[in-house]
Amino acid sequence: MKDGIGAPVKRKEDKRFTTGKGKYTDDIRNDNQAYAAFVRSPYAHARVKGIDTSAALAMEGVIDVLNGQQLTGDGIGNIICGWAITSKDGSPMNMGAWSALATEKVRYVGDAVAVVIAESQALARIAAEAVEVDYEELPVAANITAAMADGAPQIHDNAPGNQIYDWELGDEAATDAGLAEAAHVTTLNITNNRLSPNPMEPRSAVATYDDAEDHYTLYTTSQNPHVARLVLSAFYNVAPEHKLRVIAPDVGGGFGAKIYIYPEEITCLWASMKTNRSIKWTSDRSEAFLTDAHGRDHITTAKMGFDKDGKITGFKIDTLANIGAYMSLFSSSVPTYLYAPLMSGQYNIQNIHCNVRTYYTNTVPVDAYRGAGRPEATYLVERMMETAAREMGMDPAELRRRNFVQEFPHQTPVLMQYDSGDFPKILQMAQDAADIAGFEARKAEAAKRGKLRGLGYSTFIEACGLAPSKAAGSLGAGVGLWESAEVRVNPVGSIEILTGSHSHGQGHETTFAQIVADRFGLPVENVSIVHGDTDKVQFGMGTYGSRSGPVGMSAVVKAMDKVEAKVKKIAAHTLEASEDDIVIEGGEVKVSGTDKSMAWHEVGLAAYVAHNLPDDMEPGLKETAFFDPVNFSFPSGAFICEVEVDPDTGQTEIVNFTSADDFGTIINPMIVEGQVHGGVTQGIGQAMLEQVVYDEDGQLLNGSYMDYAMPRAADVPSYSISHHEDSPSPNNPLGVKGCGEAGAIGAPPAVINAITDAIGTNDLAMPATPQAVWNAIQAAK
Amino acid sequence: MYPTKYHKAASIDDAVAALNAGEDAKLLAGGQTLIAAMKQHLAAPSDLIDVRAIDGMSGVSADGDTLVIGAATTHAEVAGNADVQRLCPALAALAGGIGDPAVRYAGTIGGSIANNDPSADYPAGLLALGATIVTNTREIAADDFFEGLFTTALEDGEIITSVRVNAPKRAAYIKFRQPASLFALVGVFVADGAGGVRVAVTGAGEDGVFRHAGLEEALSADWASSAADSVSVDSDGLLSDIHGSAAYRANLIKVLTKRAVEAS
Ligand SMILES: Cc1cc2nc3c(=O)[nH]c(=O)nc-3n(C[C@H](O)[C@H](O)[C@H](O)COP(=O)(O)OP(=O)(O)OC[C@H]3O[C@@H](n4cnc5c(N)ncnc54)[C@H](O)[C@@H]3O)c2cc1C
Repeated sequence: MKDGIGAPVKRKEDKRFTTGKGKYTDDIRNDNQAYAAFVRSPYAHARVKGIDTSAALAMEGVIDVLNGQQLTGDGIGNIICGWAITSKDGSPMNMGAWSALATEKVRYVGDAVAVVIAESQALARIAAEAVEVDYEELPVAANITAAMADGAPQIHDNAPGNQIYDWELGDEAATDAGLAEAAHVTTLNITNNRLSPNPMEPRSAVATYDDAEDHYTLYTTSQNPHVARLVLSAFYNVAPEHKLRVIAPDVGGGFGAKIYIYPEEITCLWASMKTNRSIKWTSDRSEAFLTDAHGRDHITTAKMGFDKDGKITGFKIDTLANIGAYMSLFSSSVPTYLYAPLMSGQYNIQNIHCNVRTYYTNTVPVDAYRGAGRPEATYLVERMMETAAREMGMDPAELRRRNFVQEFPHQTPVLMQYDSGDFPKILQMAQDAADIAGFEARKAEAAKRGKLRGLGYSTFIEACGLAPSKAAGSLGAGVGLWESAEVRVNPVGSIEILTGSHSHGQGHETTFAQIVADRFGLPVENVSIVHGDTDKVQFGMGTYGSRSGPVGMSAVVKAMDKVEAKVKKIAAHTLEASEDDIVIEGGEVKVSGTDKSMAWHEVGLAAYVAHNLPDDMEPGLKETAFFDPVNFSFPSGAFICEVEVDPDTGQTEIVNFTSADDFGTIINPMIVEGQVHGGVTQGIGQAMLEQVVYDEDGQLLNGSYMDYAMPRAADVPSYSISHHEDSPSPNNPLGVKGCGEAGAIGAPPAVINAITDAIGTNDLAMPATPQAVWNAIQAAK
Repeated sequence: MYPTKYHKAASIDDAVAALNAGEDAKLLAGGQTLIAAMKQHLAAPSDLIDVRAIDGMSGVSADGDTLVIGAATTHAEVAGNADVQRLCPALAALAGGIGDPAVRYAGTIGGSIANNDPSADYPAGLLALGATIVTNTREIAADDFFEGLFTTALEDGEIITSVRVNAPKRAAYIKFRQPASLFALVGVFVADGAGGVRVAVTGAGEDGVFRHAGLEEALSADWASSAADSVSVDSDGLLSDIHGSAAYRANLIKVLTKRAVEAS
């Protein structure tokens, strides 16, 4: 079918995005628009002794200056983390209070202490500088090591030693025994560098209080507007849900950073009520670096044991994770349940133990960023495999093959039950595409030009499609992770899909339309997708964790099942046939084996005019469904990276990057390739360019693009991509597994394995900047 | 941005008058540095005096082996100018490698050298070429012009009107880009001209652009990349930051000098 599943349909939404017609939050302008600017702490840790707003208030055009005492005084609740983690001694995690506007203390550079409301954005910012805050500086712990040290400054009173929890997964005694009997043990000390997500559109909010209706409307850059409304209502006491509409219109990228409900949205809603004006706030890039939740930031020591045949006997991990100054919405789950369960990789490992301790530091909160926990796990596992192979003198691909899981379902010792995949086949696909046989010749040729050529693998698995609600709940999640959908067939036969998934660049308006077009044999133009508005879509859990396909689309399929059943009943009644004989094909509803049929739109019309429906049937053609997954989905893949290093400067060029992946069923190969391109590029960014740097005083040293390096087109090669579609997910109706994060998860170890192969030393940390690579070469001399 | 007043100066006198009249007036050329600083509240001039419409401030002319480049000539104009390409292709290439097209079509040579960013490209080029900076009041040799980080010999109210460069026998500029900004982490301009062999380094010095005596001596004796091998580049006095230690920069100075000689 032309526009159905598997067709590279051009994205329906791109015309408006590429012609400047997209409608983003900052494009909203209300009649009574006023603007907010936040007064932010220049110190990483300080007591707030007083706030003098008189100079700001005296400026013409300044409407009000509001502070944290007023906010908490009005009953606005503290910001919460929605996933409860229990320490191994049974104690609950130590969550410190986080007020949208700081009251007694500020805990990171950028922490908001007050908000200025003014007639223009420029004026609000100028007035914010005129607000004088009297700070008493306190000692700072700007990284994990400092936060753990004896006598470290106490960031939250209820987290002694700044520790939030000390958590474990797996059997420690069995793992120790596995390591003890190993013929070879590889040890790695590894950091996972801290990243800033940098969606192209910065965060923004437009909050409007209607005093006549006692009702709030919030336009915001959210990946999950319903979750935002739920949390704003249930925890932050802004307004009950029926008095609060949240709209996430076009959103220019999220990568996780737009999942959370931040101080600014809460403050704008509250300030709108206080001032009776519509309040707009749009972050600039500097503010984004300071206040958007960061990602990663782990320090890990790990040991992996192997028997004499290279079979893994045990894997023991000890990780320290930085949570930042406050616990953001999903922060606790990222280094725990999104991390440790991935430690089995693609391998059959009997014994795994993972200990994770998390700490507060005087830095912006750290939360999920594209991949969330899984890139950290994959980087560890895949560097471990490559390093171990080198130490044991084995081919790294062969070591992986000896340990691959080959039978499904496969229960790992760390919660996951892998349901499908074909790891040896996918690795072979990648090896063939990368011309492994020709590598030695290419290396010799590069050497003639004075270049060091290296090759690295990454065979990764991830868990997507978050998540079975019951399982998530038993592990501490505060919400269920199902998805909802509504399929509305209009009287003229066109279809609207309402989904709780949210598109912020993924292309849902195209791919969701394709699955409907495929099912009913209609052109994609006849299907439109409605999302991102709590007044239109009843509920939804939003988009993150590559869940829109496995969970969001599954809900649409369930609703389509119900529509199809009703369509068949109507057609059978009208055409005087048995329901079982009705087939839907090419936009026709037919009685099979006869020439009797109705056009699709005639059925729609019949349902709505209701002149001739079966006696017990309600008019209309609209169905709703909720889909709760029974398992995660398990996308996997093999990446092979080939690099050339200039030993004189440390400059590294990625000359080839090969991806063979298993995303299950592919709805739109063009969009999937785009996701792989973007994900791998972000992974290359982490591996070679990106790292947030705070100094000891908690000052952000690279809070702009002059100093924080993002990957550019010239930094990446033309990718070679292939898909394995023969192992669809058995746990959702379309067999999809999710493709949004794979690139960012799998790429970093492939890149670092290639560079360390080229330079002949394993001692290289991300990001492998020219300086870092050159230093590693010098150190190994 | 703080409020400011914009003036379009028609002549040097006009610009000087406006500079003196303003409480904290500043000259404006392409705005690629100044406007960005204003947006971030790092600068708040009361008045902006745009010099670009002043007669004779833009464009390139050639007189024999001498190039005269108007202060308000954009990087793109310098890069594309036939006389610059003919008499000093290394300078054309330098201008063509500044920033991105948007920067090159707005940013100017006068703005760049007045700003004297320690990682900017032009200071290395002009210093190595022994250029002369012409202002509304005097002529300043490049050796005297670039004084330190973001500081120059310009007096208050002094306006650069043009830059004069004599064509070298041979020259080349190689920069190694800082991964984020793509400015020079280190850039080396080598020139062999009337004033002898000069090697100017940008991006690396704690006091901004500088000439390297050891490399100049070695290349004066033998204009070959191997001549640099025996020169030791000291990391004392070199910048050290998150993008490169002093030792790494010292290494790059040598590597880039060799490559520049090969490219000349
Ligand atoms: C994204 C980006 C990338 C860049 N990359 C590079 C790069 O790779 N290499 C590089 O060298 N530069 C780079 N730049 C800087 C660029 O070259 C600027 O154009 C230059 O620094 C300033 O020139 P301008 O004409 O824009 O000056 P403006 O910003 O208008 O002014 C800069 C300063 O010079 C003063 N000034 C201007 N004209 C005169 C004059 N005639 N007499 C006296 N004072 C004057 C102004 O008062 C001001 O103080 C980059 C800039 C950006 C924004």
